[in-house]
Amino acid sequence: MIKEYSSIKNVSGPLLLVEGVSGAKYEELVEIYTGSGEKKRGRILEVNQDKALVQIFEGSTGIDVQNCRVRFLGKTLHIGVSTEMLGRVFDGLGRPKDEGPEIIPEAMRDVNGAPINPTARNYPDEFIQTGISSIDGINTLVRGQKLPIFSGSGLPHNRVAAQIVRQAKVLGKEEKFAVVFGAMGITFEEANYFIQDFTRSGALERVVLFLNLADDPAIERISTPRVAFTVAEYLAFEKHLHILVILSDMTNYAEALREISAARKEIPGRRGYPGYLYTDLASIYERSGRIKGKNGSITLIPILTMPEDDKTHPIPDLTGYITEGQIILSRGLYRKKVSPPVDVQQSLSRLKDKGIGKGKTREDHADLFNQLIACYARGKEAAELAVILGEAALSDRDKIYLKFAQVFEERYISQGEFEDRTIEQTLDLGWELLRMVPRTEMKRVRDEYLKRYYDQAPVDN
Amino acid sequence: MRQGEIIKVSGPLVIARGMTGSKMFDVVRVSKERLVGEIIGLNEDEASIQVYEDTSGIGPGEPVYFTDQPLFVELGPGLIESIFDGIQRPLDIIRDKTGDNITRGVEVPALGRDIKWEFKPLVKKGDAVEPGDIIGEVKETSLVVHKIMVPPGMKGKVKNIKSGKFLVTDAVCELETEDGNIKLTMMQRWPVRVPRPYKTRLAPELILSTGQRVIDTFFPIAKGGTACCPGPFGSGKTVIQHQLAKWADAEIIVYIGCGERGNEMTDVLLEFPELKDPASGESLMKRTVLIANTSNMPVAAREASVYTGITIAEYFRDMGYSVAVMADSTSRWAEAMREISGRLEEMPGEEGYPAYLGARVSSFYERAGRVKTLGRPEREGALSVIGAVSPPGGDLSDPVVQATLRVVKVFWSLEDKLAYQRHFPAISWLNSYSLYTDDLAEDLNKKAEKDFTELSKEAMRLLEQEAELQEIVRLIGVDALSPEDRLVLEGARSIREDFLHQNAFHEIDTYASLKKQYKMLMLCMYNYNKARQALKNGVPFDEIVKMEIRDKIARLKYLPESELQKFDELRDEVEQTFEKLIEKAGKIKQEVSR
Ligand SMILES: Nc1ncnc2c1ncn2[C@@H]1O[C@H](COP(=O)(O)OP(=O)(O)O)[C@@H](O)[C@H]1O
Ligand SMILES: [Mg+2]
Repeated sequence: MIKEYSSIKNVSGPLLLVEGVSGAKYEELVEIYTGSGEKKRGRILEVNQDKALVQIFEGSTGIDVQNCRVRFLGKTLHIGVSTEMLGRVFDGLGRPKDEGPEIIPEAMRDVNGAPINPTARNYPDEFIQTGISSIDGINTLVRGQKLPIFSGSGLPHNRVAAQIVRQAKVLGKEEKFAVVFGAMGITFEEANYFIQDFTRSGALERVVLFLNLADDPAIERISTPRVAFTVAEYLAFEKHLHILVILSDMTNYAEALREISAARKEIPGRRGYPGYLYTDLASIYERSGRIKGKNGSITLIPILTMPEDDKTHPIPDLTGYITEGQIILSRGLYRKKVSPPVDVQQSLSRLKDKGIGKGKTREDHADLFNQLIACYARGKEAAELAVILGEAALSDRDKIYLKFAQVFEERYISQGEFEDRTIEQTLDLGWELLRMVPRTEMKRVRDEYLKRYYDQAPVDN
Repeated sequence: MRQGEIIKVSGPLVIARGMTGSKMFDVVRVSKERLVGEIIGLNEDEASIQVYEDTSGIGPGEPVYFTDQPLFVELGPGLIESIFDGIQRPLDIIRDKTGDNITRGVEVPALGRDIKWEFKPLVKKGDAVEPGDIIGEVKETSLVVHKIMVPPGMKGKVKNIKSGKFLVTDAVCELETEDGNIKLTMMQRWPVRVPRPYKTRLAPELILSTGQRVIDTFFPIAKGGTACCPGPFGSGKTVIQHQLAKWADAEIIVYIGCGERGNEMTDVLLEFPELKDPASGESLMKRTVLIANTSNMPVAAREASVYTGITIAEYFRDMGYSVAVMADSTSRWAEAMREISGRLEEMPGEEGYPAYLGARVSSFYERAGRVKTLGRPEREGALSVIGAVSPPGGDLSDPVVQATLRVVKVFWSLEDKLAYQRHFPAISWLNSYSLYTDDLAEDLNKKAEKDFTELSKEAMRLLEQEAELQEIVRLIGVDALSPEDRLVLEGARSIREDFLHQNAFHEIDTYASLKKQYKMLMLCMYNYNKARQALKNGVPFDEIVKMEIRDKIARLKYLPESELQKFDELRDEVEQTFEKLIEKAGKIKQEVSR
């Protein structure tokens, strides 16, 4: 039932308070017509008797209390979804932004989705080869995982994400990933970098782009990841596609959320972010995964820049509590020209254990990465000692580890932006480097694998 | 049916008027969709209601229906192997009804109404029974005999009792009581926010062995005890909770996934049926109840989920079982409390948490304990609670961590520094503690070996020495240390790497019996003590660290439980190797002096 009011009590920031309403519902969709005839959209954040508090997606510029009319649409925010959306560009609310025709919806979907029943989930365990050793070898990504990239301003997170999009494949399967890309508050150049890269690799027709750029209304960003996921869910779980969702930059998203919270005068949590930031982020991230009996899947790579490179900042912190690991880029490595500068110690893939091993990657994979990390950690410790006491003060064993850590960074972590390593290449490289360290130190590796892989260099064929 | 009217909707909080006659913590049904809600505040005729389902599309003017009942759980056969949401709705049945995504307003009873259970009576006509008396039993799974008990607050004389197959709603027994005849079914109801009664509390003196070496050997938890594992993300809270759910020697496990990842529940659902209980060889799922309120499910139900879980656990405790509850993560429960409190515009305490946070946390952990239960036959039950805490940025000054540390007796401090080195479990051996160590010494020494606790103390001293020496090394380098001190570093390293480090994903290493733990640690320490002796007898330090036998000790963790005798063989080998070394050193000395 559509109702119209012109009884706006006040406007504050992105919020509008309408009085004298009846029958308004929580989360109801609203249209606002400004005096100049411009149409904006919003949703109800709270209803209290005859007062409705409305969040305006496009921000409140141009709204005046006297001449505005507000229409309550009697439904929550739904968008039309269709396979025709592949290859198209939309704004942050899902309206076409390119020259193409309007989308004729195949179905209407609530942008908030509905939580996946845990009993309906299928555990993600199919190895995705990204061709990047620091990911495939140590922090393996699997289909249906949510694995964010924690970056800092100026670090090459976009290049890493683009390389993943270019190279990602599930071995033995031909299907390519389709990509749903949600841009939130990133610059035109950044967005353009991706578009160019998708065009060059011919991926563009498999990409749905939602662009809310730095100069677009900030409040619109709150809807962008939800709109993106609504389309992703449709394509994955109803049209059986394997979808890679990339959201960039979640920091901008969280800031928009903070703005709303401040305008509502809510009690701020850490660093001014609302106490429900965790729940809010989870309502986005948890929409990825696999579902029993469905062919498609949603793999999520959100990108976020950590303010001041601080991992304990609420945005990376709460993200890390929800996602299934994190790829952390390190400024230190970046300065050393290690590229991609993945901090393999702090990075983590929680789902790797079931995605690797015999029949998936190779039997020795788990023992190998445990050993590599253990050796690298020891090498880094030695490096710290060397800084204080000088290399000469290190024990012979520590000198070996120090050398190992250096070579590991130069050859294993570092690789070309267009270098696509197979998993065998990554694993063999790992063994090659481990041979720098005496065999007795290989405590994390089973004897049989030592015999098979440490003692013997692989035969070239 | 009596009803009120909604006047305000703000996320999971709904305010309704016309609610006179309702009570605090009564369940209500909100709107025509009949969403489940609970009254958490009353002010004249207005009630504040936390709603356990998504409230979008709900608005003022819509009805709120009274049920005049508190939030309760159904207790009876059918609990084991189930997966419930935060308010005990069976998620698998919901999926059958509504599909892969959870929609709202679904009404499904917690316990299946179409399953017939074989009821075996244990009392006869004419017997006088009182609260907690076992009147019969049902073999619920291959691991669990479900005792059917007289509910608290009820007593009388058995008028008749049946035997055979019944539904949980069928009367199996009739009692003559002072208030007339009462029919008992196999199912009882209990309000989740009220602890179930017992006779007396008993001191914790039995170990809840977990198969995790750092825990059992250094920071053990008692049956009926409480523990917490705070740590930043990625430090291993969930893996520990899963490990305990798998390997703890409890008879019943209640696992509460509170506001965490959906896939982690799926993991349990897929993995547990495949895993075998080390004691019985039966599937681990046959003793497990799961409560899942994942982070994307309604936030208010997260608040209820820990109460739902612990009430189910108390019920099994009352049967005389040892029950262990894992709650991952209690921080999400506290955050749910904070969110509701914020919307109620209550006066915020620290970090926005309500002032009653501490009280709620301690009354939750207070429901743990080893007790003499109500009823006959006389029996003891134990309820152990292990809570994960997820402080922002891993900062232990977080109010939830602090409130938890004030009540729990065991603290496993998970540290990201260890996790980055892939030292798992990333439990700090220096900062963690267990206040049960002394209470459990006797039991541990009985179950592992008579000098187990001595050995563990000795090993801990070595680790502490290491920490002190490392300070020195950091300042002036390892060369400045005496060979004796360097040996301490080697000995401690061996304890850390060969004993403390335990890979949860290795098929053998994932679990170690107390006996195996003893033997492993014994060999580490034996080797260390032999090395010291050798050093005293003139064997050079470099010879000792080069010994290949150390490699064998490092591999002991991969030795199956069935081959524990190999430890003794290796011990002999260590002895002989050192004797040879000492002998050689002696000869060299003689030659030099000659
Ligand atoms: N005992 C262990 N053995 C091996 N790996 C572990 C162990 N504990 C933790 N891990 C590793 O650490 C990761 C994070 O652990 P998790 O329990 O999910 O952390 P948290 O719940 O604290 O965020 C796991 O995915 C696993 O890779
Ligand atoms: Mg966890």
